[in-house]
Amino acid sequence: MLDEGAPIFSQIADRLADEIAEGTLAEGDQVPSTNELAAFYRINPATAAKGINVLTDNGLVEKRRGVGMFVSAGARERLLDERRKRFAQRYVEPMVAEAARLRIDTEALLSMVRESKGAQSDVAHADELAHMQEGITI
Amino acid sequence: MTISVTGLTRRYRDQLALDDVTVDFEGPSITGLLGRNGAGKSTLMRIIANQEFASKGSVRVFGASPVENDAILRRMVFVREDQVFPDFKVQHALRAASWFYPNWNGELAEALLRDFDLPPNRAIKKLSRGMRSALGIVVGLAAQAEITLFDEPYAGLDAVARRMFYDRLLASYAANPSTVVLSTHLIDEVADLLERVVMIDHGRIVLDATADEVRGSATTVSGPIAAVEEFVAGRRTWDRRRIASQESVVVDGTLDDADWARARELRLNLEALSLQQVMVHAAGETSGDVHERTSA
Repeated sequence: MLDEGAPIFSQIADRLADEIAEGTLAEGDQVPSTNELAAFYRINPATAAKGINVLTDNGLVEKRRGVGMFVSAGARERLLDERRKRFAQRYVEPMVAEAARLRIDTEALLSMVRESKGAQSDVAHADELAHMQEGITI
Repeated sequence: MTISVTGLTRRYRDQLALDDVTVDFEGPSITGLLGRNGAGKSTLMRIIANQEFASKGSVRVFGASPVENDAILRRMVFVREDQVFPDFKVQHALRAASWFYPNWNGELAEALLRDFDLPPNRAIKKLSRGMRSALGIVVGLAAQAEITLFDEPYAGLDAVARRMFYDRLLASYAANPSTVVLSTHLIDEVADLLERVVMIDHGRIVLDATADEVRGSATTVSGPIAAVEEFVAGRRTWDRRRIASQESVVVDGTLDDADWARARELRLNLEALSLQQVMVHAAGETSGDVHERTSA
């Protein structure tokens, strides 16, 4: 179920973080226990614990003594913030570089983005669009 | 230290089965004891479990010698590949085990019998190979011993039954963390269960590391030849392959963030080697293969 490549504990951390970012694990929700994660992914419980520790170190989840681990207040917003900051580097820059290799100019690229499935026309997202355009420097 | 092995040597007539082995097992943990057939895995486990004598060196279990030491042996269960049971029924074997192991869990034993479809009233000699393996697994898990040694415990078990074994092993370990040592050649199947990996080859320990360390310890780099060569210059490499203008080669050692960034710039693909691939390489290395070396 898990891929080779990234260490398993960081894959576990990433999946839990994804759930927090998507809101399926809401703030105040209990995070699956080490043993539940170990049984579900068929991994060593120590590895599962290491994955959860990544989230505790980032303050995304916190321990309530004797009860378990819970998603911290503000975790989702912080995670989304962090991911927005990484967005340009991880997605926009490679996209722009590949566009340049294919001789797609900035205008054409932007219109492809606008016409792509799931594109948001909502002006509320203008900030993010502007941020994205900053990354585009062909 | 739960199990401490020092300078252990076992010589058979003209063969050195174990050659000055020093290794510790500390619980709670699940350790994979890996190696090719005849590497010395079973010999090491049998000596720890007092089923065979050492030619030289020492084994301490909970600080004492396990040799003919009943108090120690009751805290340790050993399930071997060719487990021989006395000539009686399944339920009698379980009852005998329940007398020997102080933490024996009878309910768990019954649940496991059902999981593995083992008929309690069948005579053990009438069990199939797979069923005999399953019985060994039931004893190993239900004993809930502080040390559990599984030596290739699944001869004749199909993939479904093996998965059942892994799931039950994890569940029992979660409920009752202990020292588990599992020898196997099905490395890919068990890789994710293991916290630590000890590899033995020609009677010697050739690798002893956490599973995470091993997993990140070598990476396949692939892409255009010139870019790959630039990236791997000065590094230890092996298994270089080329097709048309593309090349793939394995580099030794852990890559850092700068390496990953550089690989992205060069548009290279990086893929960490699996535990099994690292093990195969480690076994090949001790058999006299030599590394390629690229000059900077």
